[in-house]
Amino acid sequence: MSVARRQAVWAWIFLALPLAYFGLVRFWPAADAMSLSLSHWNLVGKRQFIGLANYQRMIEDPVFWQVLGNTFEYLLLGLPVSLGLAFLVAYHLDRIRHVHALLRALYFLPHLTTATAMAWVWRWFYQPAPVGMFNAWLQALGLPQQAFLRSTSEALPAILVASVWAALGFQIVIFLAGLKAIPRSSYEAAEIDGAGGWQILREITLPLLLPSFVFLLVTTSIGLLRIFDLVYNMTASGDGGPLNATKPLVLAIYQSAFARMDMGYASAQTVVLFVILLCLSLLQLRLLRPKW
Amino acid sequence: MRRLLKGFAAAAFALLISAHARAVEIEYWQYTFKQRVDTIDTLIQQFQAANPGITVKQVTVPYDNYRTRIAAAIPAGEGPDVVQLFYGWLGDYIDANLLQPLPASTFDTAAIDREFFPFVQGMKVGGQYYALPTAVRSLALFWNRKLFKEAGLDPEHPPATLEELVDIARKTTKRDSAGNLTQVGIALDTAGQDVQWIRQILIPEFGGVPYSPDYRKVAYNTPAGVAAVRWYTDLITKDKLSTLGFLTDGVTAFRSGKAAMTIDGSFRLGAFDAQKGLDYGVAELPAHDGRRSNFASYWANGITSKAKGEKLEAAAKFLAFITTPAAMQLWMEKVGELPARVALAQSDAVKNNKTYGPFVRGLSYAVATEFVDETQQRQVMMDMLDRILIKNDSAEAAVASAAGEEQKILDKRK
Amino acid sequence: MVRHPGRILAFTVLLLGGIVMIMPILFMLLTSLKDNSEIYELHLLPAAPSLDNYVQILGHSPFVRWFSVSFGVASLSTLSVLFFDSLVGFTLAKYRFRGRGLVFVLIMSTLMIPTEMLVIPWYVMAKSMGWLDTLWGIAFPGMMSGFGVFLMRQFFLGVPDELIDAARIDGLNEFQIFWQVALPLVAPALSALAIFAFLGNWTAFLWPLIVTTSPDLYTVPVGLASLSGEFQTDWEMIMTGSAIATIPTLVVFILLQRHIVSGIMLTGLKG
Repeated sequence: MSVARRQAVWAWIFLALPLAYFGLVRFWPAADAMSLSLSHWNLVGKRQFIGLANYQRMIEDPVFWQVLGNTFEYLLLGLPVSLGLAFLVAYHLDRIRHVHALLRALYFLPHLTTATAMAWVWRWFYQPAPVGMFNAWLQALGLPQQAFLRSTSEALPAILVASVWAALGFQIVIFLAGLKAIPRSSYEAAEIDGAGGWQILREITLPLLLPSFVFLLVTTSIGLLRIFDLVYNMTASGDGGPLNATKPLVLAIYQSAFARMDMGYASAQTVVLFVILLCLSLLQLRLLRPKW
Repeated sequence: MRRLLKGFAAAAFALLISAHARAVEIEYWQYTFKQRVDTIDTLIQQFQAANPGITVKQVTVPYDNYRTRIAAAIPAGEGPDVVQLFYGWLGDYIDANLLQPLPASTFDTAAIDREFFPFVQGMKVGGQYYALPTAVRSLALFWNRKLFKEAGLDPEHPPATLEELVDIARKTTKRDSAGNLTQVGIALDTAGQDVQWIRQILIPEFGGVPYSPDYRKVAYNTPAGVAAVRWYTDLITKDKLSTLGFLTDGVTAFRSGKAAMTIDGSFRLGAFDAQKGLDYGVAELPAHDGRRSNFASYWANGITSKAKGEKLEAAAKFLAFITTPAAMQLWMEKVGELPARVALAQSDAVKNNKTYGPFVRGLSYAVATEFVDETQQRQVMMDMLDRILIKNDSAEAAVASAAGEEQKILDKRK
Repeated sequence: MVRHPGRILAFTVLLLGGIVMIMPILFMLLTSLKDNSEIYELHLLPAAPSLDNYVQILGHSPFVRWFSVSFGVASLSTLSVLFFDSLVGFTLAKYRFRGRGLVFVLIMSTLMIPTEMLVIPWYVMAKSMGWLDTLWGIAFPGMMSGFGVFLMRQFFLGVPDELIDAARIDGLNEFQIFWQVALPLVAPALSALAIFAFLGNWTAFLWPLIVTTSPDLYTVPVGLASLSGEFQTDWEMIMTGSAIATIPTLVVFILLQRHIVSGIMLTGLKG
């Protein structure tokens, strides 16, 4: 047996059980759920084939377009802010020798908490003064009061802040792992060549950090496009309001499926989410392929 | 000897299995709430003692996820035989073929018409009942005696009219030096009971009607409807006596003693009683221009379509058992909700009870709106208020657009 | 440190940032120590801190039971995820075979379906297998994850091929190479994955809720949800419950975090 064949055989031996598992527990249920998009089904009785009617309804539904817009707003605002912050913190944490572990823990703690409880705390913070902390600060600084969660323009960013807060620890840990992986020798060589701090960052650190950056870019995008828990818990009666201003796609799917038992429509929206996520992830993986 | 023992054990085991197989087991589902769960446990014990061939298994689900849990179980043919559902979901459940009519052999339609509160007839579709409540609810005004006293008001004199309510709210609202609200005259919360208050109570009190008598047509897009909505939003925008989201939600605002009044249901008594240092009273909802209205709601028990044969028989027996006067009496004592049978609810003992009295008096003129989709219809109302409060739309425009949207929902019902 | 004023500034900013990060958590903890009559007072510190809320939750619910269910399920899933995800990640990173790209994309695509849409097919499956209302029923959807495969693949890409070839020459079989040579090199990634897998299973809510009917099999999040009823907004209790639920994950994090960023010098991520 050639080396290449031997490797292929081993590869499939290693993959056999996991692929069977993924097939049964992930692919099949996902395919089943997505095939519903061509049916009308209210959980009992027969699935009734209705062709593309669910998609047609979706295209004609102004709320769907608003929800889709919201979903992308979460992504486009959240991605640069959370990755930028995470990198800044990780980069500086990496250079600190003292109380490193404690600081790291401070940043990671939010990732350990439950969404329901934290959502309430954030709602509390966002209230009008004097109860709401943020508005109390604004007032102390002589700045105008903000409606935050009670505003159609500010509510989405306000929820996003909580979401970035909750995920930051995870991103920092991955960045830290990536930074630690850069061999000291690379830095030393650059220093001998007389490179300055900025130059080292641009020419050594950032390129070598690319792999962890790719991982975070893909997983953070997926996380932001699938945002649900915080929106559900931070808006009045979990409706993604006010006036649908904060409703993301997954919340719309959840409402269609479980509040209206309209599985077909929920499924059509799931297919849209799936296609968006798949295209975006493939694009990210392809664009940021390593050059070596 | 050992072999003999083994044989004996096996025989006993087989007997046990066969006895078990002969007994009919049905599942009863409701949401998790300690007093409700305990009361049903008690009722199950009594029922099983009277019906040795039947066992009832109670399954409870956290409230927020009750519908989700049912929805997930149904496609697999699992789930309850007897299910507790909010009355507003009946349309959905019948459309989804989830419920079957209560068997006429056990349930006499004419007797139910006569003995239960008239609004329970909302459970009747095509002349057949699909579900029956053990208990019913209505709304009332809760007021905080301590805050009334602090404002120099008579702590035993709750507002009887909307004018009085505004007047008292004005006197009990407090602001800090920067003009921020630190205490509200009335806690408002559209995610709470305010949507019902506006739709089923304020609109009729202002001389309008929310829906046509068959609930097929939206009827509140009238000057009276607009006046009612405007009266409510003026509390926030013009009079500045309250704000939505004050202390996150209405219950929290009232519990914390930072709201002088709130509109809420009998189901809230437990939460307020548990609050240390909260001295509150309950009164009938304030009237307007001599008109009164109230909103009744209830959780009803229905039999799911999966119950067949002897399970159906057992389910019917159990459902009849938990809607007897005795069960209702127990439910009121343990859970604090009002009996669904008129005679029991209107007894002097209940009517003159300081806490239950106002709710029962409200029940006598209360209506329970029939919904096509309760969740969506409530959302339309919440959006209407947000249009006025956030987008500064006029009350006329917001009411008109809400009426249009809600009519579309109503038109979905065949 | 004294020689680098820039670093002192950075340290100060980081510390302040860290304090800001835990403010919501402090708020949660302080609220959980308050009596319900002072919970909504504006002062942050409880006037008379008390553990009554904790006693209430721990004493009046089968919390220990829920705790052990959660712990069992989360540990089992974590072990399984660590083994299988790293095996798949290793295979995708270090073997060349037809279909590798497709397998990777397929596994990645499992991250793109919201759990909300999977629970109904899972429930049907669990019913036909007799897994409803069992521990295994709670655990089976979390036994492997596309996320873990992706993470481990990225890390295994950084393991030098020369090391693996050398091991082959030494006569190790392929599984031994994975187990004895490659896996130790990505120990930091394994620690990170262990934290995330444990955390993910510990906080999972929707599926454990749907598959269980007996309160004996509730996980901690489901149990906590069952404590707050239709109209209850006892926020001090919800804060307390959340604080209790956070403690085990905190312990796991403290135990494992050390490994994440130490010893990683040998290897790293490659795209």
